[in-house]
Amino acid sequence: MSTRFTRRAVLAAALAGSVSLSAGISYAQEETIKVGVLHSLSGTMAISETTLKDTMLFLIDEQNKKGGLLGKKLEAVVVDPASDWPLFAEKARELISVDEVAAVFGCWTSVSRKSVLPVFEELNSILFYPVQYEGEESQRNVFYTGAAPNQQAIPAVDYLMNEEGVERWVLAGTDYVYPRTTNKILEQYLMDKGVAAEDIMINYTPFSHSDWQTIVSDIKAFGSAGKKTAVVSTINGDANVPFYKELANQGIAAEDIPVVAFSVGEEELAGIDTEPLVGHLAAWNYFQSVDTPENEDFIAKWREFIGDEDRVTNDPMEAHVVGFNLWVQAVEKAGTTDTDAVLDAIIGLETPNLTGGIAKMLPNHHITKPVLIGEIQDDGQFEVVWETEEVVPGDAWSDFLPESKMIEADWTAPISCGNYNTETKSCGGAS
Amino acid sequence: MRGRWPAGQKGARKSENIPSAVDTKTMHPTCLIRTLLVALALLFTTSSAFAQDVEALVNALPEGGYSDREKVIFDLAATGDERVAGLLDALGEGDLYVREEDGRVVAGKRAGRDYALTDALTGEELGTAPSSALEKIRVNNRLRRAVRSAIGQLTLMSPSPPVRLRAARSLLRNADPDSLELLGTALAAETDPQVKKMMETARAAIIIKTDAGIEEKAAAIDLLAARGDREALAMLTGAHSSAAPELQPVIERGIAGIERKLAMWDGLQNVWYGLSLGSVLLLAAIGLAITFGVMGVINMAHGEIVMLGAYTTFAVQQVIRTSFPGLFDYSLAIALPLAFLVTALVGIAIERGIIRWLYGRPLETLLATWGLSLFLQQTVRTIFGPNNREVGNPSWMSGAFDLAGLSITWNRLWIIVFALVVFAVLLAVLNRTPLGLQMRAVTQNRRMASSMGIRTPWVDAMTFGLGSGIAGMAGVALSQIDNVSPNLGQSYIIDSFMVVVFGGVGNLWGTLVGALTLGVANKFLEPYAGAVLAKIFILVFIILFIQRRPRGLFALKGRAVDA
Repeated sequence: MSTRFTRRAVLAAALAGSVSLSAGISYAQEETIKVGVLHSLSGTMAISETTLKDTMLFLIDEQNKKGGLLGKKLEAVVVDPASDWPLFAEKARELISVDEVAAVFGCWTSVSRKSVLPVFEELNSILFYPVQYEGEESQRNVFYTGAAPNQQAIPAVDYLMNEEGVERWVLAGTDYVYPRTTNKILEQYLMDKGVAAEDIMINYTPFSHSDWQTIVSDIKAFGSAGKKTAVVSTINGDANVPFYKELANQGIAAEDIPVVAFSVGEEELAGIDTEPLVGHLAAWNYFQSVDTPENEDFIAKWREFIGDEDRVTNDPMEAHVVGFNLWVQAVEKAGTTDTDAVLDAIIGLETPNLTGGIAKMLPNHHITKPVLIGEIQDDGQFEVVWETEEVVPGDAWSDFLPESKMIEADWTAPISCGNYNTETKSCGGAS
Repeated sequence: MRGRWPAGQKGARKSENIPSAVDTKTMHPTCLIRTLLVALALLFTTSSAFAQDVEALVNALPEGGYSDREKVIFDLAATGDERVAGLLDALGEGDLYVREEDGRVVAGKRAGRDYALTDALTGEELGTAPSSALEKIRVNNRLRRAVRSAIGQLTLMSPSPPVRLRAARSLLRNADPDSLELLGTALAAETDPQVKKMMETARAAIIIKTDAGIEEKAAAIDLLAARGDREALAMLTGAHSSAAPELQPVIERGIAGIERKLAMWDGLQNVWYGLSLGSVLLLAAIGLAITFGVMGVINMAHGEIVMLGAYTTFAVQQVIRTSFPGLFDYSLAIALPLAFLVTALVGIAIERGIIRWLYGRPLETLLATWGLSLFLQQTVRTIFGPNNREVGNPSWMSGAFDLAGLSITWNRLWIIVFALVVFAVLLAVLNRTPLGLQMRAVTQNRRMASSMGIRTPWVDAMTFGLGSGIAGMAGVALSQIDNVSPNLGQSYIIDSFMVVVFGGVGNLWGTLVGALTLGVANKFLEPYAGAVLAKIFILVFIILFIQRRPRGLFALKGRAVDA
């Protein structure tokens, strides 16, 4: 009995000691503003998301060099949701309620974003989402710094139609929400432009599809109808490498059937020998090869931070740069990291895009971006062959789908609604 | 926003600002010098000879926008200078650069970290230069098409038949009415039957686009219809809508004929694709047929061992790229034994370290090996990074060739051959060597084998090592068609188990037949059901099949049966 008592006493003392010790440490440290980083560092999506985690660490480091924010240092809290969608929600909850972060930068796939939405709404925090996505969404607590369909897909199709004279379209995608919604919008858009239904071929493949022989030869057959044909690819992640390898092997050259991709950037090309792919296209809002002083400065500092002279940069990284700068400005303007104050302050703020033009946070929580079309070069980089003259404002609800045509998002008073129906003049228009 | 996109010219011109400014930081002074030089060169050419003219055009190549460059390409082609073909070829390949120090247009080939330079026109050696001292002359798809057509016209009279053949082919692909006259001249002088045929086809392809007489057009249509491939089909369908009414039936007949022919080949093509997919499944599953089939170990880390094989290939190629670039075509031959060794050792370590403690406890084995698979993935991710790694195809594994109506890609062909060779060797090892004999003995009756003096633990380790080594060799082959990323293994593990279970646990022949059947079935379903549904159908089919025959296609007695 007595031994057990003393053991318990020792334990309690040790516990008390450790608590006071840790309290002491946190007092000794200066107060910091915490920033959550919610990107998968393991599992399928680690391939894309790890770089974004590094980007956030880099941005926070840069900001601290400039003296931090509101006189405090920024501190990154990195968690690993391991490409597991429900875990994203759990980790988001942990970041907000346990670590009490001021804002979270994270997510890549649409399904991970959808999984964390309720958490951000419930706990009233802020998420910056850096990836191009399918649109049809605007949430009070989320800022979409990647491209909406009208900032990527539609301009790319216009380019092919006007510059390359394409009349027949293959819409190939991975089977999940982003390609399906994007292709739905594109199909409607093409039909509106007078493309006949038999000139559109839609094809979906599973994640990590590796045997592309049949589909590529189908594309070849579809392209031999005497009309100029192009492939619009929303194929995601891992499946791209075998797809492009098969294209090259079956001898589909970009001069004959160009492929324009929405999910293939510099990072993805790092895994392929691009020699046979020269001339295929990608549509983004940022390319590493774009020559502006801001971009040059960013690339140089990024390479120095990461310690690799050959490290590439890509579009979602730029989205984080823009999102982070806007958040910093908003906090400075509001004088606090309080969610409601920042949500109000951030709308209308501006920061330069790395590719030229000004990114402005719009009332629908999307930003303005230039749209660039690039051709793949043999060094794995893109060469810009076309760009919009002005920046394009992101449109949350597509104007080309009958069910979302009349819906607008506006988070400023008096509307303050993510899905305002302009016909019925009421909030909650998404049926 | 629809009305805002600029029209063709504008887009091309606007974008041009970007490439020429790519290196602004380091380029300002040389830019000036170059402009001066070009201006000087232009000054000279106005009063000097023809050869100078070509050089001036070459010097004008880097200037202006894509449309200016396109004009220069046509002007170059129009000079008819024989050196221009080589120059345009280099331009189309993206091998033309401007040397920054003197603004000279040079052709550069990568040699190690630097570029070996030659004069763009004369081919005179100019030493080497680092990439920072060169500015690339950019081309886009439109320019590449212009280059292709220009080269076609330039080389049509070349003394070498293969060059003429290529020229005729590019004229056929472009079917530009301007080249009709040239083609007629070339055709009259042509002696090589193969080249002559290609030229005639190219001529026919052009004639149906022009406003030639009905009879001439009908003859052209018949010629194209006789060619009977997809290209001809594309040309005929393209001509159909704009053709004169009396030609419509001729074209329709031609199209129907080609389509009949193609439909027949489509079936065979599907069988080929099926065999190719089957061979990939066979490769992925054959190692598992040993570890799971023969030994009865549920090895969830099998896919990761395949991945280790692929990463070994990457490492080998990396060493070759930096130290022995000449050996690149042999990289796979070097990687094969190395991958076998590396993965066999890893396999033996796994067996000795983990699996031998868990024999007879399938659930624990499953969990332990699954944990191991995560461990291996994350280790590779830490060492090599989460991104895809580039594994190149040696030249003998790139491209495709046509066999009658079939288009066969080299890498798939070699993978089928490789899978069958691996299968045959494995069969021979199991049936013809002492190790194989001992393995079968231990599998069939462990205690009896043990009492005959066979060291069963040693045989277990060797068997697991063999299975893992073969999985590693599969990784070398898969690196040629798939991503080399830490997730490589995950995409094959389910397929591998499916094949082994379907074929019959413990039977190599079952694995072969199972893999090929599933491959062919998948490829025949895919055109009708789509890739997603085809996979689901196959899975449902296997579930039903296992209900009927729980032991798979070829049931065999083995340790798994005894357990």
